[in-house]
Amino acid sequence: MNALLTLPIVIPMLGGAVSLLAWRSAVAQRAIALGSAASLLAASLLLLGLVRWGGIAVTEIGSWPASFGIVLVADLLSALMLTVSSMIWLGVVIYSRASIDRRREAFGYYPLLSFLMMGVCGAFLTGDLFNLYVWFEVMLISSFVLMALGGERAQMESALKYVTLNLMSSALFLAGIGLLYGVAGVLNMAELAERLGNVRNPGLVDAIAMLFLVAFGIKAAVFPLFFWLPASYHTPPPAASAIFAGLLTKVGVYALIRVFTLLFVQNTSFTHNLILIIAGLTMVIGVLGAVAQNEMRRILSFHIISQIGYMIMGLGIFTRYALAASIFYVIHHMIVKTNLFLVSGAVLELRGTGELKDLGGIYRTSPFLGILFLIPAMSLAGMPPLSGFFAKLGLIRAGLESRDFLIVAAAIVTGFVTLLSMTKIWNEAFWKPAPTGSPATERVEWRMTAPIVALAAITVAIGLGAGWLFGVSLDAATQILDRRTYIEAVLR
Amino acid sequence: MLTMLPLVIGALYAMGLYMMLRRSMVKLIIGLALIGHAANLLIFVAASGRGLVRGGPPIVPEGAKTVAHASIADPVPQALILTAIVIGFGVLAFALVLFHRTYACVGGDDLDGLAER
Repeated sequence: MNALLTLPIVIPMLGGAVSLLAWRSAVAQRAIALGSAASLLAASLLLLGLVRWGGIAVTEIGSWPASFGIVLVADLLSALMLTVSSMIWLGVVIYSRASIDRRREAFGYYPLLSFLMMGVCGAFLTGDLFNLYVWFEVMLISSFVLMALGGERAQMESALKYVTLNLMSSALFLAGIGLLYGVAGVLNMAELAERLGNVRNPGLVDAIAMLFLVAFGIKAAVFPLFFWLPASYHTPPPAASAIFAGLLTKVGVYALIRVFTLLFVQNTSFTHNLILIIAGLTMVIGVLGAVAQNEMRRILSFHIISQIGYMIMGLGIFTRYALAASIFYVIHHMIVKTNLFLVSGAVLELRGTGELKDLGGIYRTSPFLGILFLIPAMSLAGMPPLSGFFAKLGLIRAGLESRDFLIVAAAIVTGFVTLLSMTKIWNEAFWKPAPTGSPATERVEWRMTAPIVALAAITVAIGLGAGWLFGVSLDAATQILDRRTYIEAVLR
Repeated sequence: MLTMLPLVIGALYAMGLYMMLRRSMVKLIIGLALIGHAANLLIFVAASGRGLVRGGPPIVPEGAKTVAHASIADPVPQALILTAIVIGFGVLAFALVLFHRTYACVGGDDLDGLAER
């Protein structure tokens, strides 16, 4: 029983519950959110240290032995994801103070954010497939309410699409779990990994793998299941859409990486090649969609999709180096994408719109914000020496090594188009002269700029310390490819 | 029972999908509910047919040392379904309220009319 493993779930849960008690006091809720975000970051860093030097950590909840009870498992991948997520949460909580209006605060914005985080942390830590489903639902229901909170008409439209497609995905996930239980008789992931290798009907396992691919594919927004994302991410307030952009699809990617490295590895020539094809199409279609858009957050939403393609490209190639590059990419992307949404929120605050044709001249009035946009934007496009360059370099090298030239070409082309689209935002919103009649510029609050600065600094730091982080990612990849150790750590 | 249920599940999936493809919001939510039910029943049937055993509740008789494998039902699928029903109920209740709010906002239950301003 290792209590540290439960902390990332308990801290947001307590934070959410206590702030529900302080329903009437926005001040108390903000303080609680800030406190729990900071303590979650501390707990995740501790856990990362523990896993980095002590190997996979396992806790059996209620001391029920594994495969009867629920286990929490933290390997390096989970711990890394947890750490980055809690950084983002802390940033968004600080940012929310300036970005979220009083009415939304009064209707439970902070408790919802905490419960969302609880679901995310639970999904990263659990070692049981049905428990993963439960955490997904915790995360989803909180995100449903956050998406609709405020009740503007555009939000209602987007929430409806978001809710419908995610419920569909949950139903498919549940069906997959049921069938998998029928095939293997357990739902503990370690024991499943052991049993799926020798089931009587391997064709059925492939079919179940496809169910999981579709279910997680909807959540991760891969081609051709991404339509809910650009239809919904630009409508909630910027702080909420930043945490959605940073975390939610990445939980889907994490789940894909987890099940397609631990469970469904019997028929990689079929499953992982399919993932590779999907990855290529996701990249190209996503980035082409972005080119057609003219609103900041819509452009950024389409870029999430194309970036998801990169993340699962490494999974599709399925070598140690490729997986490490994928993990590196996820970490880099979570930071950068959250930051871009935060910057677009600051632009929205300054000018009251995200439409590129109504924007302009921000570099003249707030040059600092311009620089803060450029850092994550260039990182997203893959400019050296920022984090995105090394992430793409790793993936492309892995692709060349495994001689998947088509996907490498797709990745490079997508990188160029991303650069084009980032310069488009730069030119239109920051560089061109301001259109007449745009509102007089006020300063952006420090609570908005502070998280942006911090995340930009992390982006630069990842770029400068890329060798170190890539080393950690390689260790994480080694760990998830070494299924024996995982199984033994859980089942003992 | 086990020959009937697959047909019922298939019919539920088909009806759910058909309802979801309609233009009405009300039918969409009925479709979602039906697909949720289909998934729950699927767990029953998929658990090697041992989710449902006639006259065999998933309780080991008092004082019994060993139990014949096939004579009692497997409790795990039942527990899974119970959890899934509770979650599905909560989510569906939320979805109903959301759809009602959307209906009030948009002033109609035509899904194709959503995007028009």
